[in-house]
Amino acid sequence: MAIETLVLGAGQEVGKSCVVVTINGKRIMFDCGMHMGYCDNRRYPDFTLISPNNDFNAALSCVIITHFHLDHVGALAYFTEVCGYNGPVYMTYPTKALAPLMLEDYRKVMVDRREEEELFSSDQIAECMKKVIAVNLRQTVQVDEDLQIRAYYAGHVIGAAMFYAKVGDAEMVYTGDYNMTPDRHLGAAQIDRLRLDLVITESTYATTIRDSRYAREREFLKAVHKCVSCGGKVLIPTFALGRAQELCILLEDYWERMNLKVPIYFSAGLTIQANAYYKMLISWTSQKIKDTYSKHNAFDFKHVQKFERSMIDAPGPCVLFATPGMISGGFSLEVFKHWAVSENNLVTLPGYCLAGTIGRKLMADKRDKVDLDPDTKINVRCQVHQLAFSPHTDSKGIMDLVKFLSPKHVILVHGEKHKMVSLKEKIHSELGIQCYDPANNETICIPSTHFINAESSDAFIRSCLNPNFKFQKCSSVDISNSTTIHRNLMPELQVEDERVEEGVLVVEKGKNARIVHQDELLLRMGENKHDT
Amino acid sequence: MCTCLNKGGGFHFPPCHMLNFCGIRILLDCPLDLSSLIVFSPVPTSDWLPFEESSNTEANGFLDSRVGSGKRHKIEKLLDAKSLLFAEPWYKTVNNLHLWNSSFIDVVLISSPMGILGLPFLTRMKGFSAKIYITEASARLGQLMMEDLVSMHVEFRQFYGPEESNFPAWLKQEELEILPSELREIILGKDGVDLGGWMPLYSAADVKDCMLKIHTINYAEEACYNGTLVIKAFSSGIEIGSCNWILNCPKGDIAYLSGSNFISAHAMPFDFHNLQGTCALIYSDFLSFSDTQDGEDGDSNSVPTADKLLPAGSQDLAGFNYNFDENSEEKKKLVFICSCAVDCINEGGSVLIPIDRLGTVLLLLEEMATSLEASDMKVPIYIISSLAEELLALLNIIPEWLCKQRQEKLFSGEPLFAYVKHLKERQIHVVPAIHSHELLINWQEPCIVFCPHWSLRMGPVVHLLRRWCGDPKSLLILEGVLNLELALLPFNPVAMKVCQCLFPSGIGLQKVKPLLEILQPKTVLCPEELKPQMNFSSEKSFSVLYYTEAETLKVSYRKGSLELKIATDLASQFYWKRFKKEEVELTKLKGELLMENGKHHLVLDSDSKNSLSNRSLIHGGLPDLEKLMAALSKMGISGVIENDTSDDAKSQTLCIIHIQDPYKASIEIGATSTNITTADETEVSFIYKIVDDILDGV
Ligand SMILES: [Zn+2]
Repeated sequence: MAIETLVLGAGQEVGKSCVVVTINGKRIMFDCGMHMGYCDNRRYPDFTLISPNNDFNAALSCVIITHFHLDHVGALAYFTEVCGYNGPVYMTYPTKALAPLMLEDYRKVMVDRREEEELFSSDQIAECMKKVIAVNLRQTVQVDEDLQIRAYYAGHVIGAAMFYAKVGDAEMVYTGDYNMTPDRHLGAAQIDRLRLDLVITESTYATTIRDSRYAREREFLKAVHKCVSCGGKVLIPTFALGRAQELCILLEDYWERMNLKVPIYFSAGLTIQANAYYKMLISWTSQKIKDTYSKHNAFDFKHVQKFERSMIDAPGPCVLFATPGMISGGFSLEVFKHWAVSENNLVTLPGYCLAGTIGRKLMADKRDKVDLDPDTKINVRCQVHQLAFSPHTDSKGIMDLVKFLSPKHVILVHGEKHKMVSLKEKIHSELGIQCYDPANNETICIPSTHFINAESSDAFIRSCLNPNFKFQKCSSVDISNSTTIHRNLMPELQVEDERVEEGVLVVEKGKNARIVHQDELLLRMGENKHDT
Repeated sequence: MCTCLNKGGGFHFPPCHMLNFCGIRILLDCPLDLSSLIVFSPVPTSDWLPFEESSNTEANGFLDSRVGSGKRHKIEKLLDAKSLLFAEPWYKTVNNLHLWNSSFIDVVLISSPMGILGLPFLTRMKGFSAKIYITEASARLGQLMMEDLVSMHVEFRQFYGPEESNFPAWLKQEELEILPSELREIILGKDGVDLGGWMPLYSAADVKDCMLKIHTINYAEEACYNGTLVIKAFSSGIEIGSCNWILNCPKGDIAYLSGSNFISAHAMPFDFHNLQGTCALIYSDFLSFSDTQDGEDGDSNSVPTADKLLPAGSQDLAGFNYNFDENSEEKKKLVFICSCAVDCINEGGSVLIPIDRLGTVLLLLEEMATSLEASDMKVPIYIISSLAEELLALLNIIPEWLCKQRQEKLFSGEPLFAYVKHLKERQIHVVPAIHSHELLINWQEPCIVFCPHWSLRMGPVVHLLRRWCGDPKSLLILEGVLNLELALLPFNPVAMKVCQCLFPSGIGLQKVKPLLEILQPKTVLCPEELKPQMNFSSEKSFSVLYYTEAETLKVSYRKGSLELKIATDLASQFYWKRFKKEEVELTKLKGELLMENGKHHLVLDSDSKNSLSNRSLIHGGLPDLEKLMAALSKMGISGVIENDTSDDAKSQTLCIIHIQDPYKASIEIGATSTNITTADETEVSFIYKIVDDILDGV
């Protein structure tokens, strides 16, 4: 018995997450992402490796999407509508609600900016979403008779989930992206202690260890406050969902406390529309936000107004959320061109920017000339603030999760090659767990658990359970100071050895294996017990 | 074993059972019979209302009648408004539940928000330590309902003052005897034994404490109790968060089927697929027994059969789960009621709708607002309830428990319910109480008011009913009141129009059989009431047992033999012994026996301390001494046999073999055991092997 893992994307890189796992004859595709840094065929996972004749319905039992980020869901519409996959697709309720927004936004940016042929149409996105089955957290879904899956809270973005899958006795978890510390609007990842053969985990920050996020948030707020109080403009390039809401809750709260009147703008209708979704999905946010929803829904932003293109060169300070993030094109790039030339203004960047984006270039050579394209250079004079808090777990969080789950094997994906190597070493040496970091299109094969089924007589079980069973302490282990991984699923009842040894396994030709108590066996043999 | 504690009564009073499953005692639901509130006088008028009530002289009338109560004779009185109990109400719990020691309950399963209302009575008891499972949505709705109950009850307490004794006058035998028989029957029950079920209401602190003790689960989440019992909840469709249960233990499984709806305009409908193929099924949907709805059920002309409902190979039982919109019968009813309301407003009357089932209220609220818009009327809709604001906010954030059409709204980014828009446009006003400042400044008549409580004995509805009951232009819209005359008794004479709107709920008698044929349990436990209505005699695929209240039924939930899973790494270490003639192979077990998720596992011992040294095999019969000596000498071991000569009857020793060469050892052979003694471990195992070969051992 074995689990075979074919990494189609996010192998030793970040982007186009897609892992195909074969467990006891069942095949699951975890995530179906796209790579934002490429425009050629490297943009999508190489699906032909799953099925050379493109018969994906026969090749796959199901597709599971962990969250709405494009590097996890971006290729889904292509895979279902163009490649023709018709089988079940599972994602959480929020992901099903928000993924089409991301896909549509991306489609528009692609068509507008690159003037290339569209990869998929709006109708195709809608058709694709019809194939999606929404699941709740911890809901046990029986995909078919043998395959069972379950979603666990992952933090990261709203609706993000780690997925557990079980076929026969083989069990595994694919984490997707996750966060082990709560942020302004989401809780920390939560999972049960499971008996796993394999954990496939992201490793974006394989070597980084972060300190308190509150100090980092204060730095961000201070930078923004300083800029607007000097009459400057703050550009926050973000994607419409996720970071935008988190930072906005942060700013709203600060604006309230400091009694600031400087306007906060959202660039497109998209972010405002996104807030309508967030309001309904509040039960997927942090406890603090959940507790106050009936009096004030945290996503009813009081200070936020809509931004018009004509306001780009209007005088006066302001804060603007503009899409897309990393200044990879679209409106955020347009605004950047206007605002980057003044040292009064401020641009904030996320902790991670994809290669090929303006954001990445800014991180590399701050306050210098940046090539927009071969013909345009821009003299960047504005301040750049890099956000030091991230919706991804740091390396301590990864180690904590792996230690908590204690699987037999770990596969690292979604990270940078050299950093993954050092984390791999660490997992092996510190936790004694076999760890792998396959490149794209590589396959890892690991052995999996298999139990032999035997019928058992009542007498044996009774004698084992009756008088002196002992309870194992099932304290939940806090795997990081603010983490809420809970509910110990470890055996709650353990039986002392002597009693087990009163059992005899009988294999009779042509019959099922059967466990009986030794007294029963002797009775059958018509003889007395004789100890040696 | 299953004991039905109470069959309940309708939607608000679900049934209650006690189950002994795998040695675990499980209580299914803990409801309150709020319809019994009807025996009390409604909450008396208080002074600080925004408007005058038209007939507020009643309270004084009651007081007069009580003053002279000492002179009463023991004659049964005729039923009139004054015969209702003029006292702070008590609440009727499930009487049979009090016969059980609450500390012996291991698990409580709550199937719906209605099923939790009696729980604080239980959780505040000394020694209660059961684990309570409930879906998150049911818990939140249930908590709101309990808090509302407590807050409405405050009005009584303010009027009657603190209770003087813990045994109110009306509970006394002589007082009960002079009550009109209708009331007496409600208080004492049909068999006259329910008196012990009456309790004074719990406090807000009790509710809070109760909520701290519950364990919430999601749809189809596997909860594991004590490693042995695996519990799963699947939607039942009668209310948001309401569910049926699948219970699994190593020996077998059982399904609990509570009141369920195939169609719902708001809640996630009845998920019966997941209840298929259990060893036993407790059928506990009593909603179908109310005779009011079956006549109306449109499909009585065609009795569905399983194969008609289940097209070959189809997972979707199209015949069961159809959309609410397509169900035009209900839509027609709804439109009719709203047109009555519009007519009434046109005439200058107001419309009063006591909040009954949440599903109906939501339907009426949406349809009412639409009708008003369509007829271009600017009439305010008030929702007067302490829980309304929180409830409406809550309903918009639990899309996971809503019906498909509502979930589609989530996916397209629209509010889940239309009232969100109406609230924003101030067409609907939500105020916590009748004396709220906001209501005072906004109040305008005619209007439409939704408010609790459907018993017509407490909450804002009492005050508004007093105000409008004499107005023939006004309209009261009720849902499923069992005894309308008694309900309206304290408001007589009632001139206002009364309209009853009943939406069918429950599985429906015609669908019971086809449903069970699909679910295919081995045994069905049915309420006795089903016996005359159902013909199961021809049923071959499952057997049927009938249950009645307070009777314990034994049912097998065995799934054949117990299963035990043995880890492969452990199995590879087993020491097999083969018996050729019988073609049997035996091995003694070792390792650790674990109970995990309702399954037995045998795994490799984590601290593998069990080495050969403490291995003791089981053997049949006595070792043949001659053979043993021969085998020993063959291995170069010589010894002397010493027969046990002592006459001690207790001595089990038959003989001892003393070995001198190559090392010192002794083999003590007894009637039931053989002991090998040497100075060295390896020597023991060496001799052991020889003895083992002689014996037919495992
Ligand atoms: Zn992500």
